[in-house]
Amino acid sequence: MNEIATKIEARFSELGVKVQPSEIETRLDQLINKYKVPPEEARRNVINYFLKQHNIPKTEFFAQRETPVVKVTDIKENEKWVTLRGKVIQLWESTHESVSQVGLLGDESGTIKFTKWTKANLPQVEEGKSYLFKNVITSEWQGQFSIKLNKTSAIEPLKEDIEVGSTPVEHRGAIVDIQSGSGLIKRCPECNRALVKGACGEHGKVEGIYDLRVKAVMDDGDKVQDILLNREVTEALIGITIQKAKEMATEALDQSVVLDLIKSKLVGRYFIVSGKRLDRFILVDTISQDIKPIDEDIKRLLATAASPVAQEA
Amino acid sequence: MADGGFIREVAHRIFAAEFKDANLQAREGSDQYSPQYLLTPTGAKCNRVFIVGTLTEKEDMGTESEFWRGRIVDPTGAFFVTAGQYQPEAAQVLARTTPPEFIAVIGKPNTYTTKEGNVMTSIRAESLQIVDAATRDRWVVDTAKHTMARLEKLKGNEPDAVKAREHYSTNVENYRAMVAQALESVRAQ
Repeated sequence: MNEIATKIEARFSELGVKVQPSEIETRLDQLINKYKVPPEEARRNVINYFLKQHNIPKTEFFAQRETPVVKVTDIKENEKWVTLRGKVIQLWESTHESVSQVGLLGDESGTIKFTKWTKANLPQVEEGKSYLFKNVITSEWQGQFSIKLNKTSAIEPLKEDIEVGSTPVEHRGAIVDIQSGSGLIKRCPECNRALVKGACGEHGKVEGIYDLRVKAVMDDGDKVQDILLNREVTEALIGITIQKAKEMATEALDQSVVLDLIKSKLVGRYFIVSGKRLDRFILVDTISQDIKPIDEDIKRLLATAASPVAQEA
Repeated sequence: MADGGFIREVAHRIFAAEFKDANLQAREGSDQYSPQYLLTPTGAKCNRVFIVGTLTEKEDMGTESEFWRGRIVDPTGAFFVTAGQYQPEAAQVLARTTPPEFIAVIGKPNTYTTKEGNVMTSIRAESLQIVDAATRDRWVVDTAKHTMARLEKLKGNEPDAVKAREHYSTNVENYRAMVAQALESVRAQ
């Protein structure tokens, strides 16, 4: 409780307001100990009380002064305050009056959706121009990240032109699953979407075009990474052409023979992939079985496993 | 699929000797759909494991439908792996494989308490595939690396580490020796 009081006092004094620590403590004590309010709720209540007393807008109190400058691909957590240097790639039509601008912005590492609230009262941004987006908040929906610009955010135009790209990433791990929709599939001739039971989500029943692809899950023991192999990569890796895959499926009267072959060659083995990130996937350009010699690793690990005392010291 | 904030569970790397010692199973959350975890002595909280070893025995234990059980050996001991009618693909692979053979298994940890009160662990296979010797050696090194990292974390205050320490009174030296032994076995002669 003391700790909470000290923190509240410190924050207020940063804003140039002197609040008596004893008064904070009395209020906290009453709420927490007498009225059994949870500490977090009590803290909030006390802060709000003093904000009102001194007429300080809430946003000023809660605004963070310096938020870390990050790259688009570093955004991996919901509700984090960050600062981004990025170029506005595209502006979309706002669907609601509460949104003043919405679109896509990007930096060297990748792209991300942004939403600028009308209430934020920020200057308009233009397509193709680069800005410093200060103090924006990250947000996650269904595993996808976006940033929101609100009252506490700021936009500063940059002179330089930020090159939007997505640098290829390398990833190592074992393939632990091949997902449905892999193997020999059919695509809609109109929109290239994968057909489900011979029908396209957009165009209904169509005569599909065969394609070969793999959606796999890679796992390095710490985290999982979805990867996507297109036809060329799949053909080279599995060692069959799409023509051969079609023949196999026709012969067996079953497309799943192709999937079984893919699984038997990939699942449970270690691979190194490289490619560009797209949403939760890596679009794989190159993939090879991980055959890096392991002797070095063994020596290094043995050294730590065998000398526990030295480790401890 | 990754809809609705669903995040796929990581497949943990555990040596057989450690997996055998594990007996603390817990559910996170309270409804029947919340995931179940097995906490191992070095503090791996696993809902999924990835193991590679040598299939040495297999047996169809089923009465009406097939229910396969295999014994998979790594440098530190043996895992029991099961695949029944709800894991048809894994069961098929197990059914047509003749031991000895290198096998990779991705599956869910399971525990079973005997009448005597001993907890037996096994893995219910989600996927099971034949692999090569190089993959097996790489797994041993990978698992050694992860086990060492967990032993290091065991000194700290992360909840899983604290829980593991309290429940197992983990003998760090024993597991360190287990890792060393596993590594020695794959070292180039």
